[in-house]
Amino acid sequence: MTAASIRFTRDPKRERICVTPEGIALTFVVATRSARLGALLIDYMILLFGSIFISIAMGMILGGIGSLVDAKPAGAAEFVVALWVILWFVAWNGYFMIFELSARGATPGKRLTGIRVAARPASDHEGSARLTAEAVIARNLLRDIELFLPLILVMSAPSGAGGPAGLAATAWFLVFAFFPFFNRDALRAGDLIAGTWVVEAPRTKLADALSVEGAAKGASSVTGATYQFGDAELSIYGEYELQTLERMLRDGQQEALEAVHTAICTKIGWSPGAGDERAFLEAFYAQLRAKLEGDMRFGKRKADKFSA
Amino acid sequence: MKAPILSGLFAKKALAPPPDIEAAALRSDRFRLARQGDWERLEQIVRTMESGRLRRLSDEDVVELPTLYRTAASSLSVARETSLDAATLAYLESLVQRAWFQVYGPRQGFFRWLGGFLGGGLSAAVREIWLEILIALAVMVAGAIAGWLLVSGNQDWFYSLVPSGLTGDRVPGASREALLKSLDTVKGPSGLSFFAAYLFQNNASVSILAFALGFAFGVPTLMILLKEMATLGAMVWLFASKGLTLQFVAWLSVHGTTELFAILLAGAAGLHVGRSMAFPGDRSILAATAESGRRAAIVMAGVVMMLIVAAILESFVRQLVGSTLDRFLIGGSMLALWCTYFFAFRRDPTGDYQ
Repeated sequence: MTAASIRFTRDPKRERICVTPEGIALTFVVATRSARLGALLIDYMILLFGSIFISIAMGMILGGIGSLVDAKPAGAAEFVVALWVILWFVAWNGYFMIFELSARGATPGKRLTGIRVAARPASDHEGSARLTAEAVIARNLLRDIELFLPLILVMSAPSGAGGPAGLAATAWFLVFAFFPFFNRDALRAGDLIAGTWVVEAPRTKLADALSVEGAAKGASSVTGATYQFGDAELSIYGEYELQTLERMLRDGQQEALEAVHTAICTKIGWSPGAGDERAFLEAFYAQLRAKLEGDMRFGKRKADKFSA
Repeated sequence: MKAPILSGLFAKKALAPPPDIEAAALRSDRFRLARQGDWERLEQIVRTMESGRLRRLSDEDVVELPTLYRTAASSLSVARETSLDAATLAYLESLVQRAWFQVYGPRQGFFRWLGGFLGGGLSAAVREIWLEILIALAVMVAGAIAGWLLVSGNQDWFYSLVPSGLTGDRVPGASREALLKSLDTVKGPSGLSFFAAYLFQNNASVSILAFALGFAFGVPTLMILLKEMATLGAMVWLFASKGLTLQFVAWLSVHGTTELFAILLAGAAGLHVGRSMAFPGDRSILAATAESGRRAAIVMAGVVMMLIVAAILESFVRQLVGSTLDRFLIGGSMLALWCTYFFAFRRDPTGDYQ
């Protein structure tokens, strides 16, 4: 999720409640498999192009050393090659670990898709643990057999050198690739070993309070009229409609506001005028919310217009 | 010298002036406006921590973080029961979660972790998987014996057991001199650092594989250990057939005691994971697997460290030290060192570790 968007609609299938040590229920939303795939592709692109760039740079340094023929620079060339081998190893093994150990718990790809790694609680409705270095190491060591190893075998399969090994590798690759589809929390094999999961990391900005401005607190600035709704008029809608209205008001699309305005007027039996839709809706929103919140304090909730 | 532009860019944004609480028409919005300042302060601290610029946090911020976190968390509980403002609820949920990750996040830095790891954490983890180490050791010994027996029965086995890239002159029928020469030192250290880097990379891959395949209930791990050790058994047979057992073992021991120990630990770590998946005991399979996976990961971090040592020994020390006795001394003392560190060093890791 990007910073601006607000989760009005949620997928309850992906929500998990965890209780913190203070006894507060936190809702974790398991990341979608497509978000994870997207993150993985971005990360591999970064790694691949980064590695190629470094290789080219080192090749140029080697070429430069090679041109100093008189100096017999074998030691320097060797140093560059050794450095290159080690850099390659560190990059492909360390990239994920270093980023996932940082305070955001996410690689650049995961950051872009708005997800992060977190420790998975041992059972439902239990306190979540902290993400340890060991867990991050474990989940990333498994990446080798989940992806690199079968991919290398699969790529060598068409040449026929591997024979049945190519087929076996394809099967192997598919088992791990589809692993997240066969469990509730979309865990891959590495998550299972490490006791981690990948969750959404929404960074929502605080939107303005709707009842502070406009007609919510009184008269319309356009016509000067003050809209007052009776109890019967307000009791036809519930929380779902209130949140839809909130989204409309925050989006501020004129056509949408007009349509909602007409719909509400028809429903409560007013004759819809034109030109003062926003003030009408602001007043309606504030009064409907005041009523629903008032009922809430007495333990009465109305989910939507269909509930009693 | 001042850098006005930079300091302007990175300066903390001034918080907005306190809102006019009385202006709000709704009770829940007044509740929100009264606490909004605290939430935004918390968000600013969390954002700084997330970007890794911990030094930019003032002492005040650090002290207040837990308080602000609890305030926001209790605001969330209240808002859930009293407010129908979806935007505020979504904001609070995300803020409290982000703050929770920071308050309960891994607050130890890398070096603190390394200190705990080297100062007891690693040896404790190795001791905890002693049973798997014994199993892996038994399998490795069996593999070496099997390799020896196979090759001594039929020399053709040698070519299927030993990868051709490894052999060079070292094949059945080679002369004693050729074999002895292959154990010799090389003149000068040229080419060795590249060799070391390559060896490390290669051995680390084999170890990671042995660990990761433990996921399939440990069976492939055992097969890898058998196969690697059968290769070794075949090589020992080759040198023994020309009466060079002692020289070969000495040559091998320089780095082999470290390297084989590392592969042993990697295999044991893989087995540990596989075993807890097959026999989780009274815990759930997921919980058992996660617990053993994390323990095994500590061991694997140690394995990588050992392999770096092994690669340095293999490419420098082994190539430069020629005498059989010296080679045995180096290999033997490395073995003694590792055993002491893993099994006799029983300091508890510092409190925050794990």
